[in-house]
Amino acid sequence: MTSVGLARLQFGGTLLFHFLFVPLTIGLGILIAVLETFYVRTKSPAYKTAVKFWMKIYLVNFAVGVVTGIIQEFQFGTNWSEFSRYVGDIFGAPLAIEVLMAFFLESTFLGIWIFGWDYLSPRVHLLSIWLTSLASLVSAFWILTANSFMQEPVGYLVRNGRAEMVNFFALLGNPQLWLEFPHTVFGAMALSSFFMAAISAYHLLRHTQDDVFEPSYRLAVGSAMIFSVLVFILGHEQAQHLIVAQPMKMAASEALWHTSALHAPWTLIGWIDVARHSTPFVLQIPDMLSILAYNRLSGRVTGIMELNHLYQQKFGMGSYVPPVNPTFWSFRVMIFVGTSMMLIALYGGYLMWRRKRPRWFLVMMEWTLILPYAATTSGWLMTEVGRQPWIVFGLMLTAKANSPLVSIAELWTTVIAFGIVYLSVGAAAVYLFVHIIHGGPQSEQGQDVGDEPPAQLFVPTQERHAEGTGGPVTPDLS
Amino acid sequence: MLDITWFVLVAVIFVAYFFLEGFDYGVGMLLPFMGRTDHERRVVLTTIGPFWDGNEVWLIAAGGAIFAAFPDWYASMLSGFYLAIFLLLGGLILRGVSIEFRSRMEGLRWRRWWDMLFFIGSILPPLIWGVALANLVKGMPINAQGNYVGTLLQLLNPFALVGGLTVVAVFILHGATFLMLRATGELYERAKHVAFKAGPVVIGVFFIFILMMYYQTDVVRRLGLDPGPVPVLAWLSILGAGIFARRGHDKWAFVSSGLAIVLGTVSMFLAMFPDVMISSLNPRWSLTIYNASSNPYSLKVMTIMAVVMLPIIVAYQAWSYWIFRRRLTDNMKLEY
Repeated sequence: MTSVGLARLQFGGTLLFHFLFVPLTIGLGILIAVLETFYVRTKSPAYKTAVKFWMKIYLVNFAVGVVTGIIQEFQFGTNWSEFSRYVGDIFGAPLAIEVLMAFFLESTFLGIWIFGWDYLSPRVHLLSIWLTSLASLVSAFWILTANSFMQEPVGYLVRNGRAEMVNFFALLGNPQLWLEFPHTVFGAMALSSFFMAAISAYHLLRHTQDDVFEPSYRLAVGSAMIFSVLVFILGHEQAQHLIVAQPMKMAASEALWHTSALHAPWTLIGWIDVARHSTPFVLQIPDMLSILAYNRLSGRVTGIMELNHLYQQKFGMGSYVPPVNPTFWSFRVMIFVGTSMMLIALYGGYLMWRRKRPRWFLVMMEWTLILPYAATTSGWLMTEVGRQPWIVFGLMLTAKANSPLVSIAELWTTVIAFGIVYLSVGAAAVYLFVHIIHGGPQSEQGQDVGDEPPAQLFVPTQERHAEGTGGPVTPDLS
Repeated sequence: MLDITWFVLVAVIFVAYFFLEGFDYGVGMLLPFMGRTDHERRVVLTTIGPFWDGNEVWLIAAGGAIFAAFPDWYASMLSGFYLAIFLLLGGLILRGVSIEFRSRMEGLRWRRWWDMLFFIGSILPPLIWGVALANLVKGMPINAQGNYVGTLLQLLNPFALVGGLTVVAVFILHGATFLMLRATGELYERAKHVAFKAGPVVIGVFFIFILMMYYQTDVVRRLGLDPGPVPVLAWLSILGAGIFARRGHDKWAFVSSGLAIVLGTVSMFLAMFPDVMISSLNPRWSLTIYNASSNPYSLKVMTIMAVVMLPIIVAYQAWSYWIFRRRLTDNMKLEY
C-alpha cells in the first residue's frame, strides 16, 4: 500500500471508530438531561434510578469517544502535514474554537456532574448535565464547520502558497454546514433514542423495574419518532444541495455514469461495472431521481463521465471519479436503514398512542439497536469516500496532502498498533456495555474487591486466583 | 505583534497543561505504590476524578492553538515526532479508558489490569513531553520544507532522555503534593513520604538537565551565560516543595511543586523564542513565530476568541476545584 493509502486507512478507521461513540454521547446526554429534569421536577426516585443507570453507559461510551477524538485532531499533523500546512490557516481555527467553546465546558461539567451528586443542589446538578450536553452540540457544530470546509471550501483566498482565511463568517455561513450540522445532530438523536428504546425494551420484557424503564421507553420512542423523521428530511435537503455543490459525489452515489434523461429514474439496487463505466443490471423507480434531486417529475442529473470531462478542463488531466461502489452502496445502506428506522419509530409511536406494547414489538426493538449504527457509519463513508480524490473539494488532492517524509514502516506500525488498540478497547467497551445493561439499575457500580491486594504492580501468577474472573455482579439492594 | 501574542498564549496553555495534568500524571504514576488495597486505589483515583478530564483538555487546546496560529509548526512537529506522538496518543487512550473502565467490574484481575494500563498511560505522556521539549530547545534536523529528516533514535539523545526523566520526576513530586492536599490518614502519610523522598532526586535530575542544556544546546550563544532568574527560581521551588512537604505545609508544598512546573515550562519557552522549530542543519530553515504563523486576519479572529473564552474557562474550572475542595474521607461514596 502507498503512504497515502495507509494514511487514509488510519484516518478513516479512526473516524469510523470514533463515530461509533460520538452520536451516543451527543444524544444520550440530552436524553439523560431530560430524565434528570423530570427527576428535579417530580422528585420521583424512579427517575433518579434511571438517570444513574444511563449515566453508567454514558460514561463508558464518553471515555472511548474522547480518546479517539484526540487522536483524530493530532492525525491532521502526524499523517497529513501537507494538508495542515496548506489549509491550517483557515482549517485550524474551527478546531481551536471547538476546544475553547466546547471541550473545556463538556469535560469540566461532566466531572462536576459525575461527582457532584452530594455536593450540589439538585438544580445546579441538573444544570451541569445540560451544560455538558450543550457543549457536545457546540463541539459538533465546530468540527462540522471544519468538515464542511473540506466538502465545500469558503471564506479563503490562496495567498503565499496556501489557503488563508479572509472571511470567518463565510465559514460559519457555509450552506453545507447548515445541512450537515442538523443532519448529524438529528442522526445522533435518532441513534441514541433507538439505543435507549432497545435497552428499555430489553428490561421491560424481563420486568426488571418497570417504573424505571417505562418512562425511558416512552421518552426514547417519542424522540425516535421526531428525530428519525427530521434526519430523513435533512438528508433529502442535503442530497439536493449536493447536486449543486458536489455533483460528482451525487453522480457516484447513484452510479450514474452518463447524464440522465429528462425523466431520471432512481436506482434501487444495481450491479456496477466500474471498468466499463456502466451499471448493466439495475432495479429502478421511474422519475424518482428527478424527484429526489429537484422535487419535480423531470430534471436531468449530470453523469460521472461528463463531470469528469468538465473537471479535467478545469483542474487539468487526471481522474476525478471517486470509488463508485463504496459511495453507491453506503448511500443505499443509509437510505434503506434510515427509512426502516423511520417506519419502526412511527409505528412505535402509534402503538404508544393506542396504549399498546405488544411483546413482538419489544423483541424487535431490542434488535433495532444495530440499525442506527449502520446508518451513521455508511453516512460518513458516503460523505468522505464520495469526496475523493479531493481532500478539500476543488482545492487540494488527497494524494498531495499526506506527510511526505513519514515512512511506510512508520505508517504500518501505527496502523497496526492503532488497529489493535481500537479492537481491544472496542471489545472491552462492548463487554462493559453488556455487563452494565444486563446488571440493570440495581447493580451499584464500584464495589471494593479483595481484602489485601498486594502493593506491587505486576502480580505473581500464583496470586491470581479465582476471585478475579469478572463473574456476575452481586446486586447491592441497599 | 499578534504572532508574539500567540507564542505567549501557547506557552500559557502549556503551563496550564503541565501544572494541571502534571499532578494527574503524577497521581497515575504513584497509583500502584500508594494504593495497597483496592479501596485505597479507588480513593487515589477519586482525588483526581472530577478534574482530570478537564485538565486534559489543556493539551488539546495546546494542539488546537498551535494548529490555528502556527500551522507550519503544527505540521512539522507532529509529523517529525511521528512515533513519539503515536506513543503519547496511545498513553492518552490507555489512561482515559482505564480510569473509566476499572471500577465498573468487580474482578480483581480486571482492575489490576486497568491499573497497570493507567500507570503506563500516566508515565508515557510526561516522558514524551520531556523528550520533545528538550529536542525543541536543542534543535532537530529540519529541511528547507520544514520536514524532519532524522530518525526516531536521533530524538532519543542523552539530553532529551534526561529531559524526559526530569519531567517524569517533577510530575511525581507534583502528584505527591497534590495527594497531600486531597488525602487523609495513611494515604496522606504515604504521599508526604514520597514528596519528601522525591525532592532530592528531582533536584538532582533537574540540575543535570540544566547543566546539559549549557553544553548540548546553543542557549548560551542565544541567551548568554546568565540563565536569568526563571530557571533558578524553578530549581529553588523544587527545593521548597521537599522542605514544605516534610514540615507538613501541604498547601505550600503543592504551590512550590506547581511553581517549579510553571517556571520550568516558561524557561523552556524563553529558551526557544522566537524560534519554534530550530533546524540543526541550517539556521535559515528554522521555523520561527514569524514564518510559521497564520495570516493576521486569522490570528485576529483567534485572538478575539481566546480573549473572550479563556477567562470564562479559568473561572468555571476554578469553580469545579472549589466544589471538590474537601479532603476525601474513608466513608465517602466513590465513583471510580
